[in-house]
Amino acid sequence: MDLLTTARSPWGESIFTHISWSLFWASLVGGLLFLLAHGGYMLFSQHRKRPSEEVDQLERERTGLPAHITRHGFVARAFHWVMAVSMLVLLFTAFLPIVGVRFAWVQWHWMAGLLLTASVLFHIFHATFVLDFWSIWVGPKDIPEIKAEVMREMGREDYPGPRPGKYPLGNRLYHLAVMVAGLTVIGTGIMMMWRVRTGLVERNPYIFSDITWGLTYVGHGLMGVGFVGLVIAHIYFALRPEKLWITKAMIFGTITRREYLENHDPDRWKNVA
Amino acid sequence: MPPIRDVMPAFELFQPTSVTDALGVLSRHGADAWPMAGGNDTFDWLKDRIKKPRVVVDLSMVNELQGVKDAGGGLEIGSTTTLTTIANHPMVKERFPMLAQAALLVASPQIRNVSTLGGNVSQDARCWYYRAGWPCYRAGGNICYADTPQAINREHALFDADRCVAVSPSDTAPALVALDAQFVIRNGDAERVVSAEEFFVGPGIDITKLTSLQPGDLLTAIRIPNTFANKANYFEKVRDRMVWDFALVNIAASFDMSGTSINDARMVVNGVSATPYRLNSVEAFLRGKARDKATADTAAGMAVEGAVPLAHNAYKIPLMKALVKRAIRGDAAWTS
Repeated sequence: MDLLTTARSPWGESIFTHISWSLFWASLVGGLLFLLAHGGYMLFSQHRKRPSEEVDQLERERTGLPAHITRHGFVARAFHWVMAVSMLVLLFTAFLPIVGVRFAWVQWHWMAGLLLTASVLFHIFHATFVLDFWSIWVGPKDIPEIKAEVMREMGREDYPGPRPGKYPLGNRLYHLAVMVAGLTVIGTGIMMMWRVRTGLVERNPYIFSDITWGLTYVGHGLMGVGFVGLVIAHIYFALRPEKLWITKAMIFGTITRREYLENHDPDRWKNVA
Repeated sequence: MPPIRDVMPAFELFQPTSVTDALGVLSRHGADAWPMAGGNDTFDWLKDRIKKPRVVVDLSMVNELQGVKDAGGGLEIGSTTTLTTIANHPMVKERFPMLAQAALLVASPQIRNVSTLGGNVSQDARCWYYRAGWPCYRAGGNICYADTPQAINREHALFDADRCVAVSPSDTAPALVALDAQFVIRNGDAERVVSAEEFFVGPGIDITKLTSLQPGDLLTAIRIPNTFANKANYFEKVRDRMVWDFALVNIAASFDMSGTSINDARMVVNGVSATPYRLNSVEAFLRGKARDKATADTAAGMAVEGAVPLAHNAYKIPLMKALVKRAIRGDAAWTS
């Protein structure tokens, strides 16, 4: 089975044309298998928030905390939901025709792509100049937290180590994966705007070589099918009972003081209001 | 990549003598099977070694698929009925002369003697970039070579181009849409009947095919209702060479008249889109109007609204307008 499809260009070059759609099915099945595996594991796993006695102690120590703490401001939440809608439209318009639901999908797809691009550009600006830019990233400084998270996941609930700041480790790793996949599909998708009639740019399929176009389509396809698994995982975690407090915060904006103390390290997420 | 025109690639040949046997073979081999009627489209692909089916199902020996029958004042035409038969058949000429005319104007007498109605409506696009085996969208690639700044696209689409700008090459297709024909398709034990408009699909829906036929499908018959039987109709084809060529643009129109005014009309232009292009706004405009020059002039302008010409096919816009005018006025087609 060829994972990438190739063709011979009019100039005799061997070029990539697409990814194999079997990769879409692989991503879909992989996402669902992960969901089942994680769900099964979580039936037997301990939840990793602080013990209640420890939270009680923290509440007594940190008396200045408000009852509700803003986790996501209105602008951040608006961005998230706009991005979510555009992403779902992109995925459905891209993959429904592959599973046999035929409709004129291209126009819906590039329009949703433009919406995603605009929302991500806004997000970059907003995160850089308004939000705490570094709070979402994962780096060498997080190795102790990663180690502690892994050990707690393995059942060592008492393993010492830092709790997350504003964003749990899973959030940050997911953001990293989505950023890589998202910027790739956006970059390649913008290039593809020169291949379809949009009325926005003058169509010219020859602005890049056939080899470059082939890599563009392959990159777009690989990251696109990757998003199938990523989105399944995201929706799954958003609906898990122990994560609902995060999902509610993405809708209403705030978490309670106790949720803050149960799940976060107050020293790593200080500027709460 | 120059085509290799020596011998065809090897394939397994089946020559069923009944619809049941044909369906069995098609069902057994699915997407590997290539149904063949007259073979005019098929042998181009095979001899150029661009399509390489593992199985070819020759339908020419299935007598059930041939012939023209009365169907309540309309007609049921077997899918492998030859175009010569249709062009000369008394019932077709009497009830739907437009269809007889469309069949008569396909290619040359020799080709019409073996070409079938089912094959004519199911044939693949004639875009030479595609037929030459280049990896365009229609061939499963990611580019339309005909829609580039340097492309030669004189014969390509004005309407509804969605990445691919190939057009439907069929002469009988617009006539069948104008007559509101129904296509009978069987697959295994199942049968479905689709309207002519549903039978043809554009690149937005499926960029690799011109019809809704799926693997295992067999187009068995085309039913023409009596709605426009013995009523005013018009067919005209414009082509580069009068003796033998595909249409640059053709038009088929059916009119239900009440005195001098038009009760209802169906007008379809081909050669301007990947599917027969129905002039819905013109049809709505025509209802209640006289079939005269003033009506024709207005309708012609409406017909070409939304046309997006490519580098070399803008001539199709005035050509299409002229054909619409002639169809409404009922001028004698100069191709007849």
